[in-house]
Amino acid sequence: MKISSRRQFLGQSCRYAVLGISTMPILSLMLTGCKTMDTIGSLAETVSPLSGKYNTDKKASLIKAGSAVAKTFESFTPEQEYYIGRTIGAVVLNKYSPYNNSQANSYVNILGQTLAQYSDIPETFGGYHFLIQDSDEINAFAAPGGLIFVTRGMLKCCENEDALAAVLAHEIGHVQAKHGLQAIKRSRVTNALTTIGIEGAKNFGGEQLGQLTKTFEKSISDITNTMINKGYSRAFEKNADLGAVKILQRVGYDPNGLTDMLNLMKTRLKPGKIDFAKTHPSPEKRIADIEKVIGYSKKINQPKSRISRFKNFIGII
Amino acid sequence: MEKFMSVQVKETFIRMSSSFIAKIKGKLLYGDQVAVIEENDAWIKIKAFNSNITGWMHSSALTVKKIILKPGEKDVKLAANSDEYALAGKGFNKDVEKEYKKKNPNLNFAWVDKMESFKVSSRQIQQFQRKGKLVPQGGA
Repeated sequence: MKISSRRQFLGQSCRYAVLGISTMPILSLMLTGCKTMDTIGSLAETVSPLSGKYNTDKKASLIKAGSAVAKTFESFTPEQEYYIGRTIGAVVLNKYSPYNNSQANSYVNILGQTLAQYSDIPETFGGYHFLIQDSDEINAFAAPGGLIFVTRGMLKCCENEDALAAVLAHEIGHVQAKHGLQAIKRSRVTNALTTIGIEGAKNFGGEQLGQLTKTFEKSISDITNTMINKGYSRAFEKNADLGAVKILQRVGYDPNGLTDMLNLMKTRLKPGKIDFAKTHPSPEKRIADIEKVIGYSKKINQPKSRISRFKNFIGII
Repeated sequence: MEKFMSVQVKETFIRMSSSFIAKIKGKLLYGDQVAVIEENDAWIKIKAFNSNITGWMHSSALTVKKIILKPGEKDVKLAANSDEYALAGKGFNKDVEKEYKKKNPNLNFAWVDKMESFKVSSRQIQQFQRKGKLVPQGGA
């Protein structure tokens, strides 16, 4: 499907939202919606821990309620995305402590929210929020829904505000494309769907909460395994980079900020594939992909006021 | 035929014109319904059901589905027969988060809450853009 303009893209997104499709795995889930109903039927016989025993009426009740779920749980709602994102945020905060400097965090939030306003999805359920993490390792994370984390080490790969804007815009790129949610295995979506089907049926009280929490736990692991350990695919990283270029251009930043940052990062990444190097394509590969869109890297011209406020910021990092 | 939409984010604002820097006329919350008057790219002119305020909202804050805030068993059945409904609070929700927290007491949700409390006003963004000589090339 070729999308030629932002308007067309938004139109398509809107139609997808109507259909409840935000990701390919979920599309597949929809296409197998009838199978899912069978799954609920068979689970009624096999998932005994929920009630211990079933009779035919209860199973029929489950299947009936399950048909409701096939239409309402076609995709994660922004509300569910928000709860997934909060927990991902809490996990990320266990990896690196927060950098408790309100002046520095305030600058990153004003810059980040300015960028987010120019993204394809400026409004998320809980909004975009940014936090610096107190580590010299080079890293950054975007939790679903818009909680964005960036280490001091990453900030120091930025020589100017346009480069920092590029780092944050790349993370916003992951949020708007829902890359985190796409890391969740399809079976979890099916499980969550089945559990809500059970919730809709009679006789189960609050027992489904434990089941749903287990599915939630596994979904969180799916995301953190990809986001923190393995890394997204090169295609997703390219998508986030190109999303970032668009955001930077809309706001009025020079997209060369992104290649500037990657060139500096290249010199700072430690050998042995730790931190950012492990989870991202090499800066060289990313630069090559970006230059295909913006042309060869060139020097950024910045007004004095932007240079001085960035200098003040980096001075307190 | 008149088209209706619902607010799919925690809170959002109705604005005087189709821009985030436009003056705010009113606030809407999750599940609030609006009637669509006009669409202009990513912005939608609406009339709020609860206040009759007319103004512009960004499309990312809205869904064509009707959001049922406290769905009961009947609502689950209603939604079964139509794609027009979304059930709030179903699936991964604050109860699931609470259970998850109990099992993982070391996780730092306090800082997640603190992060969410970081607010940036439209005025701060405009000042930031002006002082940094940022000239928008589209969007927002």
